[in-house]
Amino acid sequence: MITIQNYVQAESLDEAWQLNQKRNARVLGGMLWLKMGQNPVGTAIDLCKLGLDTIEEEESSFSIGAMVTLRALEKHPSLNAWTHGMAARALQPIVGVQFRNMATVGGSLWGRFGFSDVLTLFLALDTKVELHKRGLVPLEQFTAMDYDNDILVRAVVRKVPCRLSYQAMRIQRTDLPVLTCAVCQLEGETRAVIGARPGKALVIRDDTGLLQGGITAESAAAFADYVTGKVPMGSNSRGSAAYRSHLCRVLTRRATLELGGQAQ
Amino acid sequence: MIEMNLTLNGKPVAARVDPDLLLIDFLRDHGCLSVKRGCETSNCGLCTVLMDGTPILSCSMLAVRAAGHTIQTLEGLQEEAADFVGFIADQGADQCGFCNPGFVMNTIALLRENPDPTDDEIRGFLAGNLCRCSGYEGQLRGIRSYLDSRGKGGTSHGE
Amino acid sequence: MANEPNNRYSDYKEIHKPVRKKDAMQLLLGKPVYTDDITPKDALVVKILRSPHANAIVREINTALALKVPGVVAVYTWQDVPRNRFTIAGQTYPEPSPYDRLILDRHVRFAGDAVAIIAAETEKAALKAMKLIKVAYEVLPAVLDFHTAKDNPVLVHPEEDWVPPCPVGGDNRRNLVASDTNSDGDVEAVLAGCDIVLDRTYHTKAYNQAMMETFRTYAELDRYGRLHIISSTQIVFHVRRILSRALGIPMSKIRVEKPRIGGGFGAKQTAVCEVYPAFVTWMTGRPSKLIYTREESQIAGSPRHEMQVRVRLGADREGHIRAIDMYTLSNSGAYGEHGPTTVGLSGHKSIPMYTGNLEAYRFCYDVVYTNHQAAGAYRGYGATQGIFALETTVSELAERLGIDPTVIRDRNMVREGMKMSSYYNEMANACALDRCMEHCRRIFHWDEKYPVRDMGNGKVRAAGVAMAMQGSCISNVDVGSATVKLSEDGTYLLIIGAADMGTGCDTILAQMAAECLDCSVDDIAVFGADTDVSPYDSGSYASSTTYVTGKAVEKACAELKEKICQIAAGMLHCAPDAVVFEGRRVRRIDTDESVTLRDIGYKTQVFNSTAAEATASHSSPVSPPPYMVGMVEIELDRETGLVTILNYMAVVDCGIPINPALARIQTEGGIVQGIGHTLMENVQYDANGKPVERSFLQYKIPTRLDMGHLRVEFEHSFEPTGPFGAKSIGEIVINTPAPAIAHAIYRATGVWHREIPITPEQIALAVPEDQG
Repeated sequence: MITIQNYVQAESLDEAWQLNQKRNARVLGGMLWLKMGQNPVGTAIDLCKLGLDTIEEEESSFSIGAMVTLRALEKHPSLNAWTHGMAARALQPIVGVQFRNMATVGGSLWGRFGFSDVLTLFLALDTKVELHKRGLVPLEQFTAMDYDNDILVRAVVRKVPCRLSYQAMRIQRTDLPVLTCAVCQLEGETRAVIGARPGKALVIRDDTGLLQGGITAESAAAFADYVTGKVPMGSNSRGSAAYRSHLCRVLTRRATLELGGQAQ
Repeated sequence: MIEMNLTLNGKPVAARVDPDLLLIDFLRDHGCLSVKRGCETSNCGLCTVLMDGTPILSCSMLAVRAAGHTIQTLEGLQEEAADFVGFIADQGADQCGFCNPGFVMNTIALLRENPDPTDDEIRGFLAGNLCRCSGYEGQLRGIRSYLDSRGKGGTSHGE
Repeated sequence: MANEPNNRYSDYKEIHKPVRKKDAMQLLLGKPVYTDDITPKDALVVKILRSPHANAIVREINTALALKVPGVVAVYTWQDVPRNRFTIAGQTYPEPSPYDRLILDRHVRFAGDAVAIIAAETEKAALKAMKLIKVAYEVLPAVLDFHTAKDNPVLVHPEEDWVPPCPVGGDNRRNLVASDTNSDGDVEAVLAGCDIVLDRTYHTKAYNQAMMETFRTYAELDRYGRLHIISSTQIVFHVRRILSRALGIPMSKIRVEKPRIGGGFGAKQTAVCEVYPAFVTWMTGRPSKLIYTREESQIAGSPRHEMQVRVRLGADREGHIRAIDMYTLSNSGAYGEHGPTTVGLSGHKSIPMYTGNLEAYRFCYDVVYTNHQAAGAYRGYGATQGIFALETTVSELAERLGIDPTVIRDRNMVREGMKMSSYYNEMANACALDRCMEHCRRIFHWDEKYPVRDMGNGKVRAAGVAMAMQGSCISNVDVGSATVKLSEDGTYLLIIGAADMGTGCDTILAQMAAECLDCSVDDIAVFGADTDVSPYDSGSYASSTTYVTGKAVEKACAELKEKICQIAAGMLHCAPDAVVFEGRRVRRIDTDESVTLRDIGYKTQVFNSTAAEATASHSSPVSPPPYMVGMVEIELDRETGLVTILNYMAVVDCGIPINPALARIQTEGGIVQGIGHTLMENVQYDANGKPVERSFLQYKIPTRLDMGHLRVEFEHSFEPTGPFGAKSIGEIVINTPAPAIAHAIYRATGVWHREIPITPEQIALAVPEDQG
């Protein structure tokens, strides 16, 4: 049972940031994970008044406010067109429509949860997060950072022509994934993102150019082997490290092959 | 305690609530006993209500976050529900009934958003509504026969 | 070849009709009908402090700080409760389950066992107090592997006052809840003469019922100072007896009723939480309420018995099954609820399916205590575990002999008119299992789907089959009763002690009453269940309500009709045998004069000495099995191990289905639970004996995206001892998915998985076994 002493709808990001400097303050996202926590919350900070619930499409980027819901993301036509429908594919298995109507992009990215489909998806794209104090930080860098008292304002996804495939393995169809895998080609670089290892998602780039000669059955398999060799896996109730490595090879190869069939 | 105002089932409600009161408990305290709790982990869909017309999990929302918004529970949507739930009753798919209010609320949301869904669209939209009794197929048959009864010669997307 | 009964059901007016459930619109429109909805909001909140250790002694417990929390009314520990051991299993007295519990025991036996009871004005206060109770535990070594439980030096129940009310072969000094052997013929001799003998061992886990409404009970003292319990239970009368023993108060001081129940599946055949608020209210005099969280339901509920089943099956080259030897080891967990009885079904409700050529069988079992969550009753009740083992072995036999697995079953299955030696020598009086198989083969297109089909990209499609049986009651034990009363306007009230937990038994019993009384179902109001009002009924379990209570309804209606005729005869000035009951009226045969039921109803209230009501009980010396065939088509991804159910088809012989719509939903719901157990619902313990799957975040029951397309049809038989030819339906339906899916997975991969759930990991990483 969650306990909260104060609840504040911040009038400005500065106010939210100030309130968040207290040790047991929490910024509210969709509250779906926060609610399950046992630690008492001093001040719960709601960003709902700050207009962060919109996806703005600009010429060179999508700017996605922290309070945008996963459901809004999965239904956004141009974001989906641009990601070859992979945003919807990645997000739709998350629990249910009601859950995705509440879960926010900001909460999902801030949490940097190991199991996160959202983190895996955005790491595959050229994404920066805008932190109120620190400013724009590449998502990959942010993922490795420690939790601090800054505020995640929005995610900015650069609109670079890309090819993208998203794959995830689930035992039950709306469960947390056993493994997530996104493979993306943008600006000539191929990267694989492997999440639910069960640790935080990792980005592995095709540094040795295995796919430079094009995507074939052989090169996709070689890339999958390469990625699998680079990603440390762990065990939990959903699967062992050995199975995750096995899945990593399968899903990376499949994602790579799928991406080979897409127009850039 | 925080002062708040919201519209509950069409009526303005003013209340003083603790900051950590969950919307589900607020609603049950305000006579909306259709709203059920089935888990503590946002997984079951039993507590589904509409906030500004959007289906959400009332177990995972602070009551104060509903301030200024419109909340509808099954108590407030009896007529809209009565349109189709008889078809589910005809299948016997109500069973123990404990998941029914959340399932009916989300079905209302589905049919508002997509009045003529395919079977797969129904399954997808309602995936977050667990039911342990019915095996789901009877719920689907009920919704399908409602849609077909309404169709009047329109093409059916059922399988 | 058995024949379709002569459409005996076609003349029925209310039987064999898909009548809506009487409570359907109330439920679908979200009306307040459940325990928490209808009881006061301001009752004391009861919470349970639970042991973090799997086996420990409470050395010290200090509640002083907890009692100082504002709003806390009481905190009880083991020192405060009666010392009379009892069982919370909902079974007929004397219970086969041992008396091994106290309301609170100093010795806590699983991670989740109750240590203290807190009663407070608010949930917040109760939870705050819980954190302030200081407990010093002496942590003991725990028995966490049920294979090592028997004769383990660590005893789960070392206490001197352990009482087995029935002789079931248990011995607490050996961690043994029960043990038995029975057989017919010389199984070793027959096995020695078989062309092929398969010796296989299977493992099934302690699945949780996961009904949507968790355990919950409200207690208050009524206007006479009696303890009034409103609980989500399948067994009001057993709860009354259990509370009477646990609290040490007479039954005259206790009333138990159930409102609508949000699902049970057997979980609520055990008084999981009733004793705590009952004790609080009895001690404080104040209303109290305990609502289990989902986590409590997961870790301190009453799940299925984990079982290991070894099957030795012998056959000749043509696949005639000549001998079956089965040994079941059952894990009852920390307490013995339903331990001695569930295990019996693993053999007695699997082996009889192969009565066809069976020359000998043996069935032995041990039921052991461990420091896991106590198990209990779950739909299928042991039969599910045994059928998974035996059916998988039979499919393997077919595959090895190169015989179609449906044909090998045709060759061996029990058929109408056979005596089942492994089923207490009962006759198969109504058995359409052969027709179920034929029917299912046809609608499933078995011949097309049985061959494995490669779909490309590592995916293959394959099919599997399984049969099942169950019982229709506990023979010679269960009692069903019904009271039927005539109201003065000519409508009726049917009062039962069976518990509709969503299954629709209120409605099907009303259908039976309407058929007997020649009126519409709408003319029958149903009330149940309340120990102050209902006639005695063992409760809704063992698939018995339709079969046993249904027969009681038939009897009560017949008695009431006689009384109505007697009253009418007085009005028509003739002897009772000179009138005939015609539903809405009673007619004098010789004069054609008649009086309406309404006239009779009002007459019962004026100068009348014949009560216009009847109560009848029924019990059965036999428990006729329903039968079923299930076939599944899967798509299996050989690389990831993912199994997708495409189609599940089943044909059921439940005698005459009283309400085909409800029988179909029962079947569909049971199949989906079975799919969950087979593919996704896992039960794991960590090294300290704490359950891993403690919530719906971890314990994954199927969603509507996990079960493919279901198709359920019926083959009718007519059970002469059942009401209107009916047998049971509630439990059998959970039994076919595990063996059918395991069979299909073998077809797709060449590997037999003998433990469920079969996870994608096990499939993807499995190494094909030596076929020797």
